[in-house]
Amino acid sequence: MTTETRVASEPIERRSPGVTIRERRLGSITGYSGTPEELVQISLAGQLQERERSFTQAGTCSSFCATLQLSLIQDAVVINHAPAGCAGDFSMFNLYNRYGQGKRSLTRTSSRLITTNLNEQDTIFGATEKMSEAIHKAYRTYHPRAIFVTASCASGIIGEDLESAIEQAEEDLGIPIASVNCEGFRSQVWATGWDAAYNAILRKIVRPAKRKRPESINIITFIGEDYFSELLRPLGLVPDLIVPFTKVEQLERLSEAGATAQMCSTLGTYFAAGLEKEYGVPEIKAPPPYGLNSTDAWLRELAHVTGKNDIVEQFISAERNAIRRELEDLKERFAGVKAFVAAGPSHGHSSMEVLQDLGFELAGSCMFHHDAKLDHGNPAGDTLKAATTRSRKIPYSICNKQAFELVNVLSRLRPDIVIVRHPSLAVSVAKLGIPACFVDDEHLALGYRGLIRYGRKIADWFRNPAIERNLARNSSLPYTRWWLEQQPFSMLGGEA
Amino acid sequence: MSEILQHPRNLCALGGQQSVVAIERAVPIVHAGPGCGFKLHTGLGSYNGFQGGSYSGGAAIVSTNTGEKEVVFGGEARLRSVIDGALKVMNGDLFVVLSGCTSELVGDDTEHIVSEYRQRGIPIVYAATGGFRGNNIIGHEIVANAIIDQLLERKDIVPGVVNVWSGVPYQDAFWAGNLASIRELLTGLGLKPNILFGPNSGGLEAWRQVPAAQFNLVLSSWAGVSIARNLNQRFGTPWLHCPTLPIGGIETSRFLREVQKFAKVDTAASTDFVQAQEASFNYFFERAADFFLEFRWDMPGHFVTIADSFYGIGVSRLLTNEFGLLPLHQFVTDDPPDEFRSSIEDDFAQIAPGISSNVTFTSDSGKVNEVLREVTSAPPIILGSVWDRDIAQEVGGCHLSIAAPMTDRLITSCSYLGYNGGLRLIEDLYSSILTFVQ
Repeated sequence: MTTETRVASEPIERRSPGVTIRERRLGSITGYSGTPEELVQISLAGQLQERERSFTQAGTCSSFCATLQLSLIQDAVVINHAPAGCAGDFSMFNLYNRYGQGKRSLTRTSSRLITTNLNEQDTIFGATEKMSEAIHKAYRTYHPRAIFVTASCASGIIGEDLESAIEQAEEDLGIPIASVNCEGFRSQVWATGWDAAYNAILRKIVRPAKRKRPESINIITFIGEDYFSELLRPLGLVPDLIVPFTKVEQLERLSEAGATAQMCSTLGTYFAAGLEKEYGVPEIKAPPPYGLNSTDAWLRELAHVTGKNDIVEQFISAERNAIRRELEDLKERFAGVKAFVAAGPSHGHSSMEVLQDLGFELAGSCMFHHDAKLDHGNPAGDTLKAATTRSRKIPYSICNKQAFELVNVLSRLRPDIVIVRHPSLAVSVAKLGIPACFVDDEHLALGYRGLIRYGRKIADWFRNPAIERNLARNSSLPYTRWWLEQQPFSMLGGEA
Repeated sequence: MSEILQHPRNLCALGGQQSVVAIERAVPIVHAGPGCGFKLHTGLGSYNGFQGGSYSGGAAIVSTNTGEKEVVFGGEARLRSVIDGALKVMNGDLFVVLSGCTSELVGDDTEHIVSEYRQRGIPIVYAATGGFRGNNIIGHEIVANAIIDQLLERKDIVPGVVNVWSGVPYQDAFWAGNLASIRELLTGLGLKPNILFGPNSGGLEAWRQVPAAQFNLVLSSWAGVSIARNLNQRFGTPWLHCPTLPIGGIETSRFLREVQKFAKVDTAASTDFVQAQEASFNYFFERAADFFLEFRWDMPGHFVTIADSFYGIGVSRLLTNEFGLLPLHQFVTDDPPDEFRSSIEDDFAQIAPGISSNVTFTSDSGKVNEVLREVTSAPPIILGSVWDRDIAQEVGGCHLSIAAPMTDRLITSCSYLGYNGGLRLIEDLYSSILTFVQ
């Protein structure tokens, strides 16, 4: 009996450390210009082709995404096996960590982040030993419950074999240690980094359920506040927001949950599908609960999966009623106002849906990449389709965060407001004199009441766009007149 | 073996991209992986005093975003394509191509490709800044030397012109404010400072004037020495090295006298200028003295700097020689090359007559924390980076961020250099302490 329990509580190690990149796994692309209707259709038909740009600006890489998620696990350590420059994002992650700890009334502490600081010697003679030393340093310093080692371009190219050294360290220290294959050059779709992080968690942390907690719902998120409780608690369900601000023990038990849902389907697609496939935790496949229709559909699917069909309809109609009057006011205020969304899918799609519910007219959108499908493979989860039933033919592009394309598009469309979701882009928009609303807490717009919260926030943005006005007057964008006269996607070539 | 770093305070050589961003209308072209440009902007420009992307930084940084194809087959074709695009799309006067780990490890001949463009008359240079080559302070020097070597031509000397090489842009969040202070001080002495980074510096035109300088001023403990040596070798320009941050009354006057002597501008007008500056400093010092004397009993009396060597020594001398504090232990975080270490140690050994400080060279928070736990007996003042907030709390100290990375401060034109810079640091430090105690 004792032996059985011990065996049963080990994680299932049937995953390999590598994750197939999104380009190959999900047919993801980073370049497109057309309409939502066309993109939905060619994605579904399996005809989506990548188009490569002849000119590019700085993107983001998988290592950024992987390290961000993992560094927010409160009792783990992340070792970035890389030259020190790859740790440029540590100070950002640390701010997210301290900021989020404050919002959650946790004690504020610095992120547990270490770099192996690879130098020229290391690239010539190898640095596996250095990584082992870093693991021991991490253990001595923090006594963590798990250690993640995130890879880099340099560690990938010099061909470091981390696995045997990691196995040895696991044996020595008695805690799970996972390599995370997030080398920047492997994928242009930086969301692959989320997959690599979740691969490590699925492979090394999550354990088979010893008992079930059907009321607990895993919600894969970033760092936003817990507005999910508003939707779940009235149904007798309890949201378990993962992975940021969790502890390892909490992640070990994700297999016990009644379902897995997400705030953004592109964030946790790999994770949610993995939890369903390997641990039998059903994934809520409907688009995330932003905007009236998607919130209805999401709640109904959640209720169906968790056996709450009897109470969900009453909850939906009560919530819709509660916001009806103020929503009408906001719709009146925003009627005919043109909005543009520049964000990652699928949260960008959610924003599009929310804006339309608030009465905005969508002038267009540009998402940073596009997944032809999600890991669960069910077309009903298509967030772009769900968001554009009222706007099938708007200008829609996939821009991989390319500011030169975005500026060109916006200088033609001249929307009244741009919703931006990635650091460093808002100022490019604002220099055009267009209100640039950088959405920080991605949960603000969640559910029914979120529409009102979000609407009020944006109304404030309109009341005083002084920063944008001053920037437009007194600063300049670094693009030539020639470029701004070209078609915005003229640098987007043929098939890659 | 280079140090394993818990909470790094310097990044990699490719961070030299930020020195390009700091040159007016200069455009960095990063030949590296898809995340490099953004990560370095994040760590140096954004989440370090929120200095921002400026004209050509942040989302505007040109990058080849090298992928698997370039790693397997080489990235030279990709680089040519991106340079071609940059020359059409980006409105710039100077283009600097910086190589990262991927392009250097796969052996792209970036130097040759860039030289072909330059031969066509395009103002473009190549800087070999593979991340594993060293930290971003080295990267800053590599960028400056690349422009000097590949673009500058001999000029007739213009008397009074002095090129200024000081704090590393963006790594030192106060670089732009400090350069403005240096400009004001040198102008007051009757010199013509040639400031090469930041607002009103002149961009490429200012760089083209570099060979016309009467001398180069390296106002930094070591960053920039290789630039001055290079200019000396190439154009015979003499150089003056002032390794200590001139902050407050004593150090700034010492610095100005040294420059007066070296530049032979020991005129009545320049002496009047120095005296007026000193009088102003002394006026505010006298007024603040009531506070310092009456609160001294209960305020922390010992300080710790966890900063680069330039700030560490300058701030230690300011606090010791002007405000009566005592050094506890100092940490030098900028990994100075070996040839500079003994003089840095000597400086800390003689902060004031009879007052010295132990110094540890490390960029690793683990090491810093270990030493501080050992040496602290009373709550100290800790001047470091945002990484030092936890240990400050643990040992009951008061903390002010003055070094990278700092996410607990917004920095625009703040200067910690010169007479006013000294007063400003004292204001910031004691405002933070007064907030802490009440």
